[in-house]
Amino acid sequence: MKVTYHWLQDFVAVDVPPATLAGQLTGAGLEVESVTPVAPPFSGVVVGKVLSCARHPDAEKLSVCEVTTDGSNRLQIICGAPNARAGLSVAVAMVGAKLPGEVTIGRANLRGLESHGMLCSARELGLGTEHDGILEIDAGLALNLDLREALDLDDTVLEVNATPNRGDCMSVFGIARDYAAASQRRYLSYLPKPVAAAGSEVVVARSEAGEACPRFATRVIRGIKPGAKSPPWLTERLRRIGINSISLIVDATNYVMSELGQPLHAFDLGKLSPDLHVRWAHQDERLTLLDDKEYSLDAGFLVVADSSGALGLAGIMGGRSTAIGEATTDVLLEAAHWQPQVIAAASRRLGLFTDAAQRFERGVDPALPIAALERAAALILDCGGGNAGPIRVEEFCPPHDAHTVMLRRERLARLLGASVPDDDARAVMGAISGTVDTVPGGWRVAAPSHRFDIRIEADLVEEVARLRGFDSIPEQHALAPQVAGISDESRVSNERVLHAIIDRGYREAITYAFVDPALQAQLFPEQPALALLNPISAELGVMRVSLWPGLIQACRENLHRQQSRIRLFEIGRKYIMNHGELTEIDTLSGIATGARVPEQWGSARDAADFYDVKADVDAVLALTGEAGSYRYEEAQMACLHPGRAARIFRGERATGLIGELHPQLVRSLGLNITPLLFELEMEGCFLSNTLKYHSISKFPSVRRDLAVVVDEGVSLAKLRENVTVSASGLLTELRIFDVYRGPSIDSGRKSVALGLILQDSSRTLTDMDVDAVVTAVMARLRDVLSATIRD
Amino acid sequence: MAAADSLASLLARALEEIAASANLAALDQSRVQYLGKKGALTEQLKGLGKLSAEQRPAAGQLINDAKLKVQAAIDQRRGALDEEALGRELAAGRIDVSLPGRGQDAGSMHPVTRTRLRIEAIFTQAGFRVATGPEVEDDFHNFEALNIPENHPARAMHDTFYFPDGRLLRTHTSPVQIRAMRAQPPPLAVIAPGRVYRNDSDQTHTPMFHQVEGIVVGERVSFANLKAMLHTFVEHFFETPLGMRLRPSYFPFTEPSAEVDIECVFCRGAGCRVCKQTGWLEILGCGMIHPNVLAAASIDPEIWQGYAFGMGIERLAMLRYGVDDLRLFFENDLQFLKQFP
Repeated sequence: MKVTYHWLQDFVAVDVPPATLAGQLTGAGLEVESVTPVAPPFSGVVVGKVLSCARHPDAEKLSVCEVTTDGSNRLQIICGAPNARAGLSVAVAMVGAKLPGEVTIGRANLRGLESHGMLCSARELGLGTEHDGILEIDAGLALNLDLREALDLDDTVLEVNATPNRGDCMSVFGIARDYAAASQRRYLSYLPKPVAAAGSEVVVARSEAGEACPRFATRVIRGIKPGAKSPPWLTERLRRIGINSISLIVDATNYVMSELGQPLHAFDLGKLSPDLHVRWAHQDERLTLLDDKEYSLDAGFLVVADSSGALGLAGIMGGRSTAIGEATTDVLLEAAHWQPQVIAAASRRLGLFTDAAQRFERGVDPALPIAALERAAALILDCGGGNAGPIRVEEFCPPHDAHTVMLRRERLARLLGASVPDDDARAVMGAISGTVDTVPGGWRVAAPSHRFDIRIEADLVEEVARLRGFDSIPEQHALAPQVAGISDESRVSNERVLHAIIDRGYREAITYAFVDPALQAQLFPEQPALALLNPISAELGVMRVSLWPGLIQACRENLHRQQSRIRLFEIGRKYIMNHGELTEIDTLSGIATGARVPEQWGSARDAADFYDVKADVDAVLALTGEAGSYRYEEAQMACLHPGRAARIFRGERATGLIGELHPQLVRSLGLNITPLLFELEMEGCFLSNTLKYHSISKFPSVRRDLAVVVDEGVSLAKLRENVTVSASGLLTELRIFDVYRGPSIDSGRKSVALGLILQDSSRTLTDMDVDAVVTAVMARLRDVLSATIRD
Repeated sequence: MAAADSLASLLARALEEIAASANLAALDQSRVQYLGKKGALTEQLKGLGKLSAEQRPAAGQLINDAKLKVQAAIDQRRGALDEEALGRELAAGRIDVSLPGRGQDAGSMHPVTRTRLRIEAIFTQAGFRVATGPEVEDDFHNFEALNIPENHPARAMHDTFYFPDGRLLRTHTSPVQIRAMRAQPPPLAVIAPGRVYRNDSDQTHTPMFHQVEGIVVGERVSFANLKAMLHTFVEHFFETPLGMRLRPSYFPFTEPSAEVDIECVFCRGAGCRVCKQTGWLEILGCGMIHPNVLAAASIDPEIWQGYAFGMGIERLAMLRYGVDDLRLFFENDLQFLKQFP
């Protein structure tokens, strides 16, 4: 909220400049977001009066004004403003005046006539943007008064951001009080002069709302001048803190709320029906508020009502039906105390965060209504006439449990890690509470009725820390127990995986966890996704079931940015719904498209294919030291090319996917290049066993190469399995060094070149040993896979 | 005498031929011609038999001297020829070392990850353990247990994403505090990095971003310890001595609570565009864990106390690397990503 420097000075002696004050408030926890002078520097401008005003003989748009600035002088000033007229009180920049923008006023000659000064507009003085005419100032201001003094222009506006726990600082008075506590100054209590009751008219109210409305105070004022306006000082103070003037009555309630923190409501007494009361709204009850919108209520909303129905939404906004109008002469002022949670819930449900609601939901001192009614009545009567009745207070239930909070000396020192002298601690508590008792081990403090945030000991510790300043607490390193850390080998760390995939040439992306439901449904039509109730946009409406939608999107955007070779990965979560149960699964996912290697000399520009990406995946999986524990099985996925997709298994557990994006999707997504995708579930893929050393054979290995021709349908895995089974444990490695299809091979068959590396751990293999193995392998391949062996 | 003359001219001829041999083959031919089994000098030795016993030793000596000279000349010539050959090979093998290397490019680590890992490294070296938690959270862990009951004004600051069943996307990493404290009895020191979500998107907000949460619970873990830990952290993170100040603030889950400002790393406190002329940069929030939060995690606040802090990783990454637009982190533009190897 905004306050002004001079307004604060009504309650506390501030003897530091505004910028210093701002620093002190921020240091006490009331963050000052901006410090803005009311007016820029200028000098030589005084209050004057226009005595006469005539058309310039030689210029249609100029007037010749005769102005006095002290009652006896007569200054001829030429003025171009349409509103210049005799009798007007004006701001006169005298010859020699210095105005904002480095303007100095001198004698001037305008179309043959001398001008001795200037009548200023708001914009010329830096007071606003108004430039349609000259500034019209209060006719009651004394002539020759310096304008800065006359209009209180040496004031400064401070925008203070009170934290949600500090409802007591949502007023000029509250901020002054807290500043006084922080700066060891005294503040003036809020004791408005009582307005004597004329007569005894009161409006009795009742409540059906129990604890939701502990206190409800009202006051009748009759005979206010219809259409009464606020005096300039009042409208100006409100303007400076960002509130527009509406009418005296409304301005008075806003002024008191801003100054004291107690929201008030004014009903047009003439529009009220009998039986004023507080109750819960009826189901589907309709109520039009002052914002001219109609709201549909239910029993969760508290209303102020009379026999005609609901009049306003308690603590949030008044209603249209009893609103103050131009003709209003009689009002009922209301100042209530509402339970904060009730107002918070209602205001949140309707999205109505009014000034009143913001205060009530943070907690308004229940002691304030009477002072507020006195202050508001005084303002109205002073400026608009009329007579006030007595203040009527309905006490529906005790509003605030008066309580005390204990602060232990030992606890204070232990939490802060610094000892606080007793006198200091006591001084702080004395500054916030009128009742501080010294008891064994510490102090017992009565929580003041305006401090809703002081409930427990820690709250008092905070007060001591805050009001003495956090700087007073030294930095002190903890003596940490020496506990050994963890270095887990039961899984490959995410960090190791991250480095490995980066070193394979992939760049790390971070994409949103919510994705476009349309794109995701295209990719994973079978997989239900968790939808957000309030997405930021429809395109980010569901939680991802795979990292692929985000990566495809990122790939597509990079293609649009003229990138032709893209390799991206992300380590992140997918959100899988299974029979209504959600599982968050960490995955490493990647996308690759474009050339196998970056464009370079001496290499062909082949596009990367399935096997390039498979090599990347294998390299990462090999980090477990158990490369042999994974297998690839053909898979059918809506989003992948049916002949170029595999599920990666580890044992019986499916732990990953790899494949080429389905050509249909490549087209419909407008990609001109086919991406390859992979996904590895971190948990399934990267658990590992402690590595175990195998002794290295001292005997030489032997290599035998075989070219076998098999049906296309025979997978390499099948081939490997059969070679391994028949090689009687001597096979240490099987290399695939060529796969050939061509004229010399029957169609539907392929030739696979195998390199068998054979070795024994206890002796050197003889030719006979090796021949026996090769014979056995060939026999098995012939029998089981109908293989023919090429010479 | 005739024999000696003949030997001298033979030697002279041999040396001449050897010196003139253009390659190893020619050289070898000369070797055979003079020193081979039927070579000219070998033949000379065979002729010694015709001499008298008195003449023989001296003549033999002369022939052997000649053979040694020839052999030495051959060795020398071979060395020279080898050297020439190597020289030619090297000259022919010269390449342009300025041509780029071949193969894969290295990839790159996202600056948010890079920053997160640095933060983790600093805190784990100080004895913290890294914990994680779910991103789809329930109201209890995200709000209730953190002393933010329903309708609490602080909820308004959170712009929460909800699911139809009442669950939500965590708005901060603080729920991990609760989970960590419930999982491990105190004393404990844990940091919890991760993604968090707020329904807010403009120039300075993205609906997803990253935080690191930290908590320390012990019998005497104090506000003074918190200040020391954070000051050490920021100085280690920015690798320079930095002024730091704490301003009182409010978080429902800590009491006392503070915002932490550091001396602006760009202008060193003089005032610049980044720090809005204040000389200070707000980088994190912290405080002493609220007794209600300890109690919600079944820790007795009469015995145990502790501190908590939370910071935005993107904010730190921006300050560290001079990134001036938050949104760049999630556009995944290769031209951006490749700047962070």
